[in-house]
Amino acid sequence: MIPAPFAYARPTTVEEALQAIAEGGEDVKVLAGGQSLIPVMRLRLAAPELLVDLTRVEELRGVREDGDTLVIGAMTTHADVLADPLLAQYGQLIVQATETVADRQVRRRGTFGGALAHADPAGDLPAVALALDAEFVLVGPGGRRTVSAAEFFVDYLTTALEEGELLVEIRVPKLGEGWGVRYEKFNRVAQAWSIVAVAAAVRRQGGRIAEARIGLTNMGPTPLRASATEAALVGVDVSMETVTAAAAQAAEGTSPSNDLNAQADYRQHLAQVLTRRALAAAAGL
Amino acid sequence: MTAVEDPASAVDLPPAKEVGQARRRKEDARLITGKTTWTDNMVLPGMLHLAVLRSPVAHGRITHLDVSAAKERPNVVAVYTGADLAEEQGSLPCAWPVTPDMVNPGHPSIAVEQVNHVGEAVAIVVARSRTAAADALEAIDVDYEPLPVVLDMEQAVQEGSPLVHDSTSSNTSYHFVFDAGEAGTGSDTDQAFADAEVTVSRRFVQQRLIPAFMEPRSVVVQPSGDNYTMWSATQIPHILRVMAAMVTGIPEHKLRVIAPDVGGGFGGKLQVNPEEILCLLIARRLGKPIKWTETRGESLMTAHHGRDQVQFIDVAADRDGTVKGLRVRLLADMGAYLRLITPGVPALGAFMFPGIYKFPAYRFECDGVFTNKVPTDAYRGAGRPEATFAIERIMDELAVELGMDPLEVRRKNWINAEEFPFTTVAGLEYDSGDYHQATEQALELLGYDELRAEQQRRRESNDPVQLGIGFSTFTEMCGLAPSRVLGSLAFGAGGWEQASIRMLPTGKVEVVTGSTPHGQGHETAWSQIVADQLGVPFEDVEVLHGDTAISSRGLDTYGSRSLVVGGTAVVKAAEKVVEKARVIAAHLLEANADDLEFTGGKFSVRGTPGAGVGIQEVALAIFAAHDYPEGIEPSIDAEATFDPENFSFPHGTHICAMEIDTETGFAKIRKYACVDDVGTIVNPLIVEGQVHGGLAQGIAQAMYEEAIYDAEGNLTTGSFVDYLVPAASDLPHFDTGNTVHAATSNPLGAKGVGEAGCIASTPAVVNAALDAVRHLGVTDIRMPLTPERVWRALHGGGDGGDRAAQGSNAYGGARTTESGYQEAEQ
Repeated sequence: MIPAPFAYARPTTVEEALQAIAEGGEDVKVLAGGQSLIPVMRLRLAAPELLVDLTRVEELRGVREDGDTLVIGAMTTHADVLADPLLAQYGQLIVQATETVADRQVRRRGTFGGALAHADPAGDLPAVALALDAEFVLVGPGGRRTVSAAEFFVDYLTTALEEGELLVEIRVPKLGEGWGVRYEKFNRVAQAWSIVAVAAAVRRQGGRIAEARIGLTNMGPTPLRASATEAALVGVDVSMETVTAAAAQAAEGTSPSNDLNAQADYRQHLAQVLTRRALAAAAGL
Repeated sequence: MTAVEDPASAVDLPPAKEVGQARRRKEDARLITGKTTWTDNMVLPGMLHLAVLRSPVAHGRITHLDVSAAKERPNVVAVYTGADLAEEQGSLPCAWPVTPDMVNPGHPSIAVEQVNHVGEAVAIVVARSRTAAADALEAIDVDYEPLPVVLDMEQAVQEGSPLVHDSTSSNTSYHFVFDAGEAGTGSDTDQAFADAEVTVSRRFVQQRLIPAFMEPRSVVVQPSGDNYTMWSATQIPHILRVMAAMVTGIPEHKLRVIAPDVGGGFGGKLQVNPEEILCLLIARRLGKPIKWTETRGESLMTAHHGRDQVQFIDVAADRDGTVKGLRVRLLADMGAYLRLITPGVPALGAFMFPGIYKFPAYRFECDGVFTNKVPTDAYRGAGRPEATFAIERIMDELAVELGMDPLEVRRKNWINAEEFPFTTVAGLEYDSGDYHQATEQALELLGYDELRAEQQRRRESNDPVQLGIGFSTFTEMCGLAPSRVLGSLAFGAGGWEQASIRMLPTGKVEVVTGSTPHGQGHETAWSQIVADQLGVPFEDVEVLHGDTAISSRGLDTYGSRSLVVGGTAVVKAAEKVVEKARVIAAHLLEANADDLEFTGGKFSVRGTPGAGVGIQEVALAIFAAHDYPEGIEPSIDAEATFDPENFSFPHGTHICAMEIDTETGFAKIRKYACVDDVGTIVNPLIVEGQVHGGLAQGIAQAMYEEAIYDAEGNLTTGSFVDYLVPAASDLPHFDTGNTVHAATSNPLGAKGVGEAGCIASTPAVVNAALDAVRHLGVTDIRMPLTPERVWRALHGGGDGGDRAAQGSNAYGGARTTESGYQEAEQ
């Protein structure tokens, strides 16, 4: 529970941070809120030579509007997310999921970008970002690039971030009029990771579903979209029957793990139940 | 503005009794604002830090151990292996040889040639800082030759099973039997079963639990010449002192043990730990202060665990529900070694399986079994939760078998209020109580009829969320214990407790207690008792404890004994103070001592109001000692040792209403009501707190907590990510109440409350879950009631436990040994 020795840098700008990372040699880790990294360092499962701490990089913190898009700084803490008026208005799916993240202390330190860059499939925010088709803005020595959520989550704890790159902001579409959302999380105790969770956003037009976006938490090595369910919902009447029928396809294409809390077949069952519940709530049923 | 109270009339008013007041705890302002002295806060000049290299294999021979590189690491002072300490480390003590032929292979503090569980100490580094010690562990090179790992008790007791200890002939440490027929407390059990109209048999699994106290274990040893002072996060400084002296050969009078602020224990700090002995040995070698503080990971992996039994229980009854006999066979997992009271925990439970029921016949057998896991030992309730679970679960099963209401079966068989004192088939004399009254109150608190109606509605509408109601009408034995009884059970110590009271010149009072609090609130409760006994203000009492140099005699805190035994010792000491003071007061008042009455802290001559002398004034007078009677000592201080003549028997009715989401298996407590009879209540706030905490832990066993080993013997629940201790947000509101039937074995009338909630709640929760889904074909669900287990029990049959634990639990895989125990017996 005592980390191995490491060097420490605390830049105040993105530029300084990139420089510290570039000069840091082989084994650099970027510290955001530290809620995942510090525990694995204490267990000596990770022993970086240099830790670059971003908590003083003010430009990475905060939420702003850019037309129809919300831009969330990577170092915006979960607590910031919960208090943000723009997210309250246009980002309810993010807010709902963030409310379920761990406990109050963790939400005070943990960050939106850190949780996404960590890419734990049991984490709550990756599936939300995927469901929202978020765009990830990465900055590195070679400049700035944007990747889609589908490209960003590569594998278990693995993202499209290249060596020397930083995730600086995440761009998500505003969900306004007509959209209903629900983050349906299933776990054993309140502060635990999701066994399975479902992030659903549904846009209604009259009595029909115009569009549904469904992200699945912990149903494979990366967050997944319940594509078959999404497709089955387009244009259907808003009813428990249509939602139930579509949700039955929610586990298609998933490959969940077996662990102490759940075997894969149980997770797949849960995905269907939780998808139905999330859709029903999002669709206002 | 109110007028200033006339002081004269105030004096005449008897002060309100302190006992019974919901006093806020004296301790808390300091504790919750961090003005504390935990052992790990200790910093001594020249202090060195100890870190322990622990075995990553569950069973193996150490074939190679090279510490030379570690010795070269920065700030490392010394590195030791088991071989270095083999000659002086002795064996950790086991104080409870439950049978004369119990096999105890001995318990080294550090492994010498062989490791028997993951986490066993293999080498220790002493360094100038904690971090240097931790870093140097990585430079130690060890090879192990693996041995077959023994994890499953039912397999371990089979002929031909690999052995945990080569020196033994089997993995069975002992076979303990209590037979009421043979003891003369009941009739023949086999006959009772042969004659019975109905028998019900079940196999229950008490999963392994981790005490998970909040403050990690920590120990500091300071040598001073040939004297040693040990600070330790322990529940038992007095017992630790005796045991550490015996193990290390350091004379007892050269060893002082201090338990400063101690942050929880739950039985987990009722232990003589390997690291306590190692710190003592190293401090002796190096002549320097040594500190060791465990990490949370070490704590979960290597501090002793609790529970872990496989219970085979049979009940015999007539068709009308009258019980005729009870038969219990246990496999109790000792782990790799016998620690302080490892073998005694299941044996203590032996006497509680009959619960509150009038069984005419009873037989109990228990095998203590060695496995390659960390030893088990005391954990809140220690034997009694296991017994209560089994009997309260099987009473429900009997009711189902007979088609009766579970409460009706209980009513038919429980001891009626007018039958106290009642000697049970296990030979215990229950002191007092009224099970009917507690049950009626609890039903009222729960809103029973309404919930039963809702349950019916949900069943009829086939609601995906079903509702169930579960009972636990429990009793327990507290106030450990009459020393002679402990002697008859081969327990290695007595059960008395000691207190002394020092009257200071200014009238303030110091109470020294042999009970050692680690969160219970002794300082507050003892102050209330003394305030009443001596008629002094609550604030004028200070309670001293936990230091063998201050509190010379004591047997510490466990088994809900502190108030019942230790509190009574305080009462007895206070009575002596009053009697000594009475003689002085009579002298000062120029009256006959027999003519004095003592009320509100004041001696006065009977029938002569006004004149008198307060006991606090007497304290000053005898300090000056200018004027006191001939032939007595100039002191009103006193001490007392109390040895109870019987246990006390708290009881209560706990009712849980549980919602089960049949689609997901998620179990959620809808409502929880309990009425406990803990005898006379000294402080209702503390009692409520103890009940709440106990409920949290008992519910946690039912729903959340389980120590799981993988097939290689690694603890997979090695952090709080996987070992799920519930937080407030995971628990329901508790509706609590009390009935009061005073204990008859002590003048306070107190019965003990520390373990009640933990003992009572677990079966109520499981019974409630089963009641919710029994109509869907579910007959049992393995604890803890994880959503997956509930779901599998609903959709796949069985108790849901095997599949969920497959490949990851000592009981995992197919239940190949379901009948193994019986076969082994034949």
